[in-house]
Amino acid sequence: MKLKQSLIASAVLAAALGASYVQAAKVPEGVKLAAVQEIVKGGESEPATLDQQKLQGTPGSLRGRDLFEGLFNEDGDGNLIPGVATSYDANEDNTVYTFHLRDDAKWSNGDSVTAHDFVFAFQRLVDPKTAADYAWFAELPGMINATDIINGKKPATELGVEAADDYTFVVRLEKPNAYFPKMTIHNTLFPAPKKVIEKWGDDWTKQDHIVFNGAYVLDKWNVNEKMVLVRNPMYWNDKETVINKVTYLPIPDVSVEFKRYQAGEMDLTSYTGIPTNRYKQLMKDTPDEVHITPQLGTYYYLFNTTKAPFDDVRVRKALSYAIDRDIIVKYVKGTGELPAYGFTPDIVNGFNPIKPDYATWTQAERNEKAKELLAEAGFGPSNPLKFPLLYNTNDQHKKVAVAIASMWKKNIGVTATLENQEWKTYLDTRNTQNFSVARAGWIGDYNEASTFLQILTTTAGSNDGKYSNAEYDRLMNEASSMQDPSVNYAKAEDILINQDMGIAPIYTYITKRLVKPYVGGYMPNPEDNTYTRDQYIIAH
Amino acid sequence: MLSLILKRILEAIPTLLVLITVSFFLMHFAPGSPLTSERGLPPEIMANIAAKYHLDEPVTSQYLRYLWNILQGDLGASFVHKDFTINDLVAQSFPVSAEIGVWSFIVAVVIGVGCGIFAALRQNSWIDYSVMAFANLGIVLPNFVLAPLCILFFSIYLQWLPSGGWNDGAWPYLVMPVIAMSTSYIAQIARITRGSMIETMHSNFIRTARAKGLPGYKIVLQHALRPAIVPVLSYLGPAFVGIITGSVIVDVYFSTGGIGQHFVNGAINRDYPMVMAVTILIGSLTILFNAIVDILYALIDPKIRY
Repeated sequence: MKLKQSLIASAVLAAALGASYVQAAKVPEGVKLAAVQEIVKGGESEPATLDQQKLQGTPGSLRGRDLFEGLFNEDGDGNLIPGVATSYDANEDNTVYTFHLRDDAKWSNGDSVTAHDFVFAFQRLVDPKTAADYAWFAELPGMINATDIINGKKPATELGVEAADDYTFVVRLEKPNAYFPKMTIHNTLFPAPKKVIEKWGDDWTKQDHIVFNGAYVLDKWNVNEKMVLVRNPMYWNDKETVINKVTYLPIPDVSVEFKRYQAGEMDLTSYTGIPTNRYKQLMKDTPDEVHITPQLGTYYYLFNTTKAPFDDVRVRKALSYAIDRDIIVKYVKGTGELPAYGFTPDIVNGFNPIKPDYATWTQAERNEKAKELLAEAGFGPSNPLKFPLLYNTNDQHKKVAVAIASMWKKNIGVTATLENQEWKTYLDTRNTQNFSVARAGWIGDYNEASTFLQILTTTAGSNDGKYSNAEYDRLMNEASSMQDPSVNYAKAEDILINQDMGIAPIYTYITKRLVKPYVGGYMPNPEDNTYTRDQYIIAH
Repeated sequence: MLSLILKRILEAIPTLLVLITVSFFLMHFAPGSPLTSERGLPPEIMANIAAKYHLDEPVTSQYLRYLWNILQGDLGASFVHKDFTINDLVAQSFPVSAEIGVWSFIVAVVIGVGCGIFAALRQNSWIDYSVMAFANLGIVLPNFVLAPLCILFFSIYLQWLPSGGWNDGAWPYLVMPVIAMSTSYIAQIARITRGSMIETMHSNFIRTARAKGLPGYKIVLQHALRPAIVPVLSYLGPAFVGIITGSVIVDVYFSTGGIGQHFVNGAINRDYPMVMAVTILIGSLTILFNAIVDILYALIDPKIRY
C-alpha cells in the first residue's frame, strides 16, 4: 500500500511539475553532449538466452533491461517507476493486482505491446514445455494455479492472469502479497511477443525473428566477442533516449576487462570490474571513476546441519564468532565490502533487523565466547575439531578460506583443511550434503527480505545445509501473506542467526564498477538494475 | 598412394567412434550435470528441464540418440548458449580460430624454419646462441604471460593496437593473437629445424656436394632442406591442428570469440554437446592432418614407402 501511495504521490508531483514521470536520460542543463552517442559496457559473461522467460543470471538481465521493458522499472534509489504499466491498483487484501498499461508501447516490428503479451509471458513462464529455470518466480507470490501448472496437473491457460482489455492486465494471487509489484522489475515477468513466438516456436530468439519492446534492438551478436544493440525507433520513449549504440563485451575475467578499460576501449565495466590489487591505486589516481555500491548479496559459509558436529548450535556459533569479519573486508577483500553479521543485507528495502548479539561484541569477546561454546560441545586441545572447508576453485574464495581457516586455528584451535572443487562438482557436493562447511553466496532477485530468507526454509531447493526450524518456516510462511511482513522478517532473521547460527554470514557484496567521467546518468542501485536509456555521453 | 588414402579413411571411422564413445561417457560420468545450479531448482522444475533435453533418459539411449543426430549433421543444442545450436556456434567460432591459426602457422613456420637454418649454419656462433636463447624463451614463456604483456605494451603503453575484439578479422585485431599464438611454435620449430639441419649438413651427400663446388645457398636450399624438413613435418601435422582449433588463452585475453573458449566453458558448464562437438572437430582434423603429413613424407623423401 505504502508503495502504491508513493507511486501515486510521485506521479502527482511529476504532473504538477509538468515533467514526464518516466524513465529517460535526464541531461542536466549546461551539459554538452558528445557528438557520437555510443557506449561500450562490460557484459560479464555471455547470457544464456535473450528469451526473458528462460533467463537466469545477471548477464542476461543486464542486456534484457535494454532490449525489453516490463511493467515497472527501478530508479537509482530502488523505487518503482512506470514502464509498460503507468500505474496499478490492488484490492483490499492484495490478492488481485490490476496493471494499467500505456497504449503507445510497441514491439520493434510495430505491433502494440498489450496485456495479452503479458498474459502469454506469464503463462509460458510456468508452462512445463518452456522448462524455465525461473518458473518458481510465479509460484513465489502464489499466482493462482502456478504450482499445478508447473507440475503438469493443469494447462498453462489456468494461470491466474487475465487481459481485462488490451491495456488492462490482471494478476490473481492465492494469498495476499504486498510486494508483488516489486517483483515485476524482474526480467522473467517481462512481456513476450505472442504473435512472434506462436509463429516461430523455440526459434523465435534467432536474430531474424526476434522482436523487442525495450529502448534497443539487437544488431549483432558474436558469441564471446561482443553484442551490439542499436536504438529501437518503435520504443515509446525513444525521443528521450540519447545513446544510439550499446556494445556489451562479454569478459568474465576481471583483469582482462580492466585492461580493455585502461586501453580506453570500454566506458563502463561490469559490476566486478575492479581488480582487488588495483583498488587502492585507482582510488588515489581516478577516484571519480570508481563507483562502489552495496549490493543485495551475501557471502557466507554453509554448515551441513545434517552432520555432526555441525548439527550442534554451539559448534556453529563458535565457528561463526571466531571469524574476524573486519579483517576479511579490510585486508582480504579490501574493495569496500561491508562486514555481514546477518544473512539479509541491512540495505534491503523495508528490512529492520534486530542486531544479533555478537555484532555488538569486540572480536576478543567473540573469541572468548567461541572457546567456551566449543568446550561445552566437547572440543578442546585434547579433542580438537577438524573438518574440511569446501569452496569452488577461485583465487578470491581461496584467499577468504585461507584467512578464515587461520582465524579458526589461531582464535579457537580448530583445524579446517581447505578443499577446492571446480564449479559443477562443488555444486553437486553441496546438493548432496557431502560436505562439512562450504562457501556460498546469494544475490537477491528483488529488493525485499524474502528473496534471502526464503531460501533457508526447510523445503527450499537452495537450502544445501538443510537448516530447519519450524518457527522460522512458520514466520516465513505467514510473512508471504502479510500487509507488512517486516516484523516477521526481523524475527526470522533473529532465529536464523542470533539463535541458531544456521549459516555464518561473512560480508555483503558490493558492485564495484569503473565508469568513465564522461558517462552521464549512471544510477546504480542495490540490485544493479541500470538502464542504458538513462545514460548519455558528455562531450570530452 | 590411392590405397594409402583409402586405408586412412577406413581407419578414421573406428578411431572417431571410439573417441566419441569414450568422450561421451567420460563427460556424463563427471559429477554434476548441465542442470546443476546454485539456485537449487524445485524438483518439478528440474524434471521439466531434464525432460526437455532428454536428460531423464538412460545414458545409453542418450548416446544412441546423439550418434543418430551427428550422423545427420546435427551436433545438438547448447545448454550454455540456448539461442544457438552447436552448429551455429561452431560455424561462428571455428573460422575465427582458424584464421588466427593459419596466420600463426605461417608466421611460425617461416620464422621458425628460417631461424633454425640460420642457427644450424652458424653452429656455435653468437647467432646460434641468441636464436636458441630466443627459442628457449619462447618455450618457457607461456602465452598467458605473453598475452597480457602484449596488451600492456601495444595497447596501453604505445596505444598502437586494440586490446581485444575481433571485428571480422581486421588486421589490427589479428596482430597480438598471432604473436601470442605463434611464439611457442616458432621456438619449437626453430629447435627441431636446427637439430635436423645440423645432422643433414654433416651427412655424406652434402660433403659430396661441397666437394663438387656447389655454391652454399644451393647446397642448403636444394639438397639439405628437403631431408632436414622431414622431422619438422611430423611436428607440424599435429601442431597445425592445435593451432587452428584455437586457444582458450588467446580467446579469453583478446575476446576473439574463437572456439577454444567454447571448449573450456563447455567442459566447466557440462555443456555436453559443445564439448563433444569440439572433441569431434579436433579428432577429425588430427586424423586428417596426420594423413596429409604421411602423404607429404612420401612425396618429399623417396626412401619412405607405404
